[in-house]
This record gives sequence, C-alpha cells and structure tokens, in this order.
Amino acid sequence: MEVKLTVNGKPVTATVEPRTLLVELIREQLRLTGTHVGCDTTQCGCCVIHLNGEAVKSCTILAAQCNGKDVLTIEGLAQPDGTLHPMQAAFREHHGLQCGFCTPGMVMMGVDIARRLPGADEKTVRQELEGNICRCTGYQGIVQAILSVVNPAAVKDHHHA
Amino acid sequence: MRNFEYHVASDVNAAAALLKAKEDGKLMAGGMTLLPTLKQRLASPSDLIDIGSIAALKGIKKEGDTIVIGAMTRHFDVAQSDVVKSAIPALASLAGQIGDPAVRYRGTIGGSIANADPAADYPGGCMGLGATIVTNKRQIKADDFFTGLFETALESDEIVTELRFPIPQKAAYQKFRHPASGYAVVGVMVAKFSDGVRVGVTGSGPYAFRAKDFEAALSKDFSAKAIENVNLKADGLLSDIHFSAEYRAHVTGVMARRAVAAA
Repeated sequence: MEVKLTVNGKPVTATVEPRTLLVELIREQLRLTGTHVGCDTTQCGCCVIHLNGEAVKSCTILAAQCNGKDVLTIEGLAQPDGTLHPMQAAFREHHGLQCGFCTPGMVMMGVDIARRLPGADEKTVRQELEGNICRCTGYQGIVQAILSVVNPAAVKDHHHA
Repeated sequence: MRNFEYHVASDVNAAAALLKAKEDGKLMAGGMTLLPTLKQRLASPSDLIDIGSIAALKGIKKEGDTIVIGAMTRHFDVAQSDVVKSAIPALASLAGQIGDPAVRYRGTIGGSIANADPAADYPGGCMGLGATIVTNKRQIKADDFFTGLFETALESDEIVTELRFPIPQKAAYQKFRHPASGYAVVGVMVAKFSDGVRVGVTGSGPYAFRAKDFEAALSKDFSAKAIENVNLKADGLLSDIHFSAEYRAHVTGVMARRAVAAA
C-alpha cells in the first residue's frame, strides 16, 4: 500500500506493507537512522519521534496509521545550517549522554516536555521521562539538560563550578 | 508481526460492517496493546480495522450530572481536560498515570476497557465510578462489562462508542504502580455518591471488581478508619512471582484507605 506523509518538512510517498512500522519506514526506507530501536516493546523510548507535533514511539505505530501526517525525527531538529536546536545544545552542555543510543528519543521527548510544561520542576521532568530509558548516565545530565531549557533556575549543575 | 489487511474505518457503521465481513478482523484504537501483541504473534488477525481516527468517537462533554467521554478519546486528552478535572479530578488523575507520555498520546479509553487487561487502570476506574459503557448496540453497566481475564461482555461485532461517568460527590484513585511496567499492581477507585460508596479495584484480580465489604463499611462511615479492619480475601486474586494473592489483598486495603483519605 502507498502512504503519503511529511517527514522533516519534506513530502514523502512510500510503498509499505500494512505491517510496516513507522520506525521501519524511517530507518530502512528513508535511511534516517538517527531514530533508534532499543526494546521494540514500547518501553525504552529510543524511537520517539514527533507525530503532528506530539512525542510518540515509532516502534508502536504502523506507517499506515501516519498517512497524511507530519513526522519530525531527530534529523529535522537542527537548523539547515547545522545550528543545534536549544534542546540538543543543552544535552551537549550538560553531558546529557554517554553512549548516545537513547539520546535521539530523549531529545525528542525533552522538546515535547518543554512545549507542554514550561517551568516544570525536576520531579516533573523525571516523571515525564518515565518512558525513556538510559543505561549509561544515571539520568542526572539528561534531567539537568531538559531543566536548563524548561526551568533554568532549577538547574543544579556543578560541572562549571 | 504476520501481515494483515489494513482498513481505515470512516465511521462506526463502516467498522461494524468490516468486522462482520472479515474472517478474523480486529479493531484497532490507539494500538498500544494490540501492536505489541501482534509483534509477539500472540494474535494474527486477517484484517486490522483502524477506528482511531473516527472524529465522532472523540471528545469530552458534561451532560447534566454526567461526564461523557468518546471511546477514541486519548488518555492525554482525559488527563488534560478541564471538564474532567473540575467534575471528576480522580478520573483525570487516573488517565495521567497510565503508561508514559508517548503512550498517553496514542492510547484510548475505549481501547483500554475493550482490551480489559487485569492490570489496566480504566477498568477499576469504571467500576468505582459506576460508568455506563455505550456501544453501537446497547448500554452496558461497568458491573456487567468486565467478565474475565481480557474478557468483556462485548459481542464479536460490537464497538464501544462512549463512556458515561456519573459525577460523584468526591472520589480518588490510588495506584500501586509496578516499578518496571507502570501497570497497576493494585489500583483502587473510591467514589462517594449520594446513595452510597463504590470501590472499584484493578490489578488484584483477573478482572476489575467492586470491593463490596469496603463499600458497606464506607457507606456508613466514609473514613479510612472505617475499613482498617475490613480485609479483602485473597481467594481468587492474582498471584505471580512478584506479588502473591495475599500481598495483593493487603495492598488493596492500603490503596483503598489512601483513596478515602485523598478523596
């Protein structure tokens, strides 16, 4: 079957099977491999992308369900000249990553949190990251990075001290 | 995942017709349980009928002393709704505790109750709040809707269209969350109405049920103390490597007391 959608601002027409997952379309057909598959069971959040502006897990939605919709992946976040999105810059600034596997999903969820919950406190940010798993950092840098965008006054970062 | 034919239903009648016509068709709402089930090949339907985008099944409104929620309304929308937050804040709170933000953007109230996972939040909420489930054929009281483990009273070509929640005087939902999955090990919805108290329990048993002994005690005296010595029997409750039936029975009492205190 044919699906038409917008990916990172560009119109895409693709032929998929009914069972093709959105993440398979993104990674294997469009070759946008920044979106990762960690668990493939809707738990880890490495595959989070934005669908019509909302953070969803692309391993648990069919490409067919996205027909006519707008998809934003990690590749579409920075400016065309390479200037990082403020959330990406914050992750770099606050050491919000080590191996980098969970990072695309963390950044995409971070952008969603920032849109929905400006001024959120640390506890809220941690709750909102319920569906994103990181096995390296212990989350500290990730939480501080997101906080630095949503609520700079709440950042308790010592690496510049 | 084995392949299937994919259909987008434009309205409920079209979905019902497809469901009837196809050999082994399955309805899909948000897909938050169905798609993982298909991936594991625990189900291999011939046809998937997507009802998630039927606009007539979405939305929240207040009709007199009832909150009406369309079956395809997402957990995110219930959690955010000013109508729900002001009339039944316990229901908005319940919706906001399901899964994680990405799941709440996709999962729907109708999908959750039709799936009838023993550890899902909404079934206990529907029992506690005395919801009425409206389908394309009839109205079913929550008390009659949940009939077994992943089993409901729905017929094979019946589709949930909306849920109707009477507004209680006060209510609260307390959940003992599984630390890994986020599902309810035990979840208790306590709701006080002018004619008595309802206590809906999810997680503890094979399907959502009402804790009648708690209800009787709370209807006389709506206080946590009133149910301090009322114990739920462990017989028939779920038991697994993490939580025994006795443990679930105990935690049900704890959650019920916390809900009464929070209401």
